[in-house]
Amino acid sequence: MFEQTGVATREMVMEKFPPIERINKGPVAVVECYQKIPCNPCQTACPFGAIQIGEDINEIPRRDEAVCTGCGVCVAKCPGLSIMIVDGSKSPDTVEFRIPYEFLPLPAAGERVVGLDRAGEPICAATVKKVMNPPAFDRTPVITLEVERKYLYEFRNFRREAEARG
Amino acid sequence: MRELELLIIGSGPAGLCAAISAAASGARVLILERSFAPGGQLIKQTHMFFGSERQYASHRGVDIAGILLKKLEEYGDRVELMCNATAVGFYEDNVVTVLKDEKEYFKIKAKSVICATGAYEKSLAFPNNDLPGIYGAGAVQTLMNVYGVKPGDRVLMVGAGNIGVIVSYQLLQAGVEVAAVLDAAPKIGAYLVHASKLARMGAPILCSHTVKEAIGTDCLEAAVVCRVDERFQPVPGTEQRFDVDVMCISVGLSPLNELLAMRGVEMKYVPQLSGSVPLRTENCETCIPGIYVAGDASGIEEASSAMAEGYLAGLCAAAALGHVPEDYEARRQEYLRQLEGLRSGPVGERIRAGMKLSAL
Ligand SMILES: Cc1cc2nc3c(=O)[nH]c(=O)nc-3n(C[C@H](O)[C@H](O)[C@H](O)COP(=O)(O)OP(=O)(O)OC[C@H]3O[C@@H](n4cnc5c(N)ncnc54)[C@H](O)[C@@H]3O)c2cc1C
Ligand code: SF4
Ligand code: SF4
Repeated sequence: MFEQTGVATREMVMEKFPPIERINKGPVAVVECYQKIPCNPCQTACPFGAIQIGEDINEIPRRDEAVCTGCGVCVAKCPGLSIMIVDGSKSPDTVEFRIPYEFLPLPAAGERVVGLDRAGEPICAATVKKVMNPPAFDRTPVITLEVERKYLYEFRNFRREAEARG
Repeated sequence: MRELELLIIGSGPAGLCAAISAAASGARVLILERSFAPGGQLIKQTHMFFGSERQYASHRGVDIAGILLKKLEEYGDRVELMCNATAVGFYEDNVVTVLKDEKEYFKIKAKSVICATGAYEKSLAFPNNDLPGIYGAGAVQTLMNVYGVKPGDRVLMVGAGNIGVIVSYQLLQAGVEVAAVLDAAPKIGAYLVHASKLARMGAPILCSHTVKEAIGTDCLEAAVVCRVDERFQPVPGTEQRFDVDVMCISVGLSPLNELLAMRGVEMKYVPQLSGSVPLRTENCETCIPGIYVAGDASGIEEASSAMAEGYLAGLCAAAALGHVPEDYEARRQEYLRQLEGLRSGPVGERIRAGMKLSAL
């Protein structure tokens, strides 16, 4: 299915998520990169050596959840926009996501947006907590969103409401 | 007639890197570029590139062009870049005829020539494929990202290779709705991270589908698509209509290298490299000594490999002209290693096969 639609299956996604105990401890990167391609900026970008690809740049990146601090440096560096940060430490009912978002106009902190799954289907409401777009991110803004905890494995993107777009 | 050491035709990543490499060794270089600005495909690539740090991975293509041009400046008057200058003929005595600004026509004779002319987009035959609103995907990318022109409101993309998928994403960024991305193949050809990026924006990718016909009187109004079977034959009764005002054809590129064929370089049709390509040594030299090829002109690949090939061709061409740097062999080996690394994975399998078939 994935190779026909670009939408990863639930099993594939689950494999890339660290255990829930780790997510509840604090922010951690989820690296959804499933195919051997010649690419390695995630490894180069990580200041803690938490992502390993190795000598052969075609290898699939492996993220060590014990080493990853959830700093988020890798998110804007990945040309595939395949990395996001999840954080379950803030509340028992919600999780925070940090995802790359390359569309204008950017949302504003506090804005309510529509949460989308990996096929772009609307699944939930989400609240924008923070919008980061410093020069170091090189025009790949990173948006922090708060989402109901039950959408942890489904949420992957968002859409602004038509009226909010003006 | 102007005579010179090294002529490079094309200023994409391959041509620019060839120039940097040759000038670093001490050669005097002239680059001809038919477009109004240097950079080739790079100037319309607003997305971040793959590869490793050495090929500026994670930089946007358009910024890589800037980095390379800046590097080139270091060599001052050893390098001349001539834009709006098309090489139109390449003759036995190494004379290249040039059309400049569409009015001046003159000859250049070079001791050595590197052909880095890139590629052209393939097209697709279907009824009404000449309606206004039907473009090559590369053309739409140029319109949007170089000229700032939005091509329409709703697009159907035909082809789910890297270009089709990336241009679809950029169409979304420009505020154009993507009705669907089709591909006749049973699997997505693009890197799947790119495909996922598009899928989660809600743009459906339909494999085993093709366009049956375009509909419209003065311009494109709709397209009929259908499913195809394993033998790429249309399956009757599976037709679907999409109301779109833009259709992009992105069914692949072919190497652009007629100049080399004209010069008498031995060519061969190699499907893995997407067309007719010159036979060449591992140093990118063709069967005629002093004539080199680099980048997409030698087989469709990527900017990352085009850069490595350009560096290699520039180094070797300059060395053959007597400009041999002290670290010649170390650098040669380094570029060969980079190319091997880029081509070593499963997606490089085709290229590896193509390289064997086109080796001298
Ligand atoms: C949408 C898209 C996305 C891509 N994404 C990536 C990516 O993420 N990573 C990656 O590594 N690669 C990517 N590529 C591929 C990459 O852009 C090309 O492989 C690369 O540009 C090839 O470089 P080149 O120098 O061989 O050719 P080009 O960049 O095509 O340059 C050739 C130049 O030669 C000039 N020229 C041609 N004929 C003549 C003539 N007769 N006289 C004078 N000048 C001439 C042309 O005007 C052009 O400027 C992408 C390509 C496209 C279209
Ligand atoms: S979030 Fe920070 S520590 Fe974790 S993998 Fe990314 S860059 Fe490394
Ligand atoms: S940078 Fe992104 S696309 Fe490249 S290997 Fe790392 S995770 Fe995959």
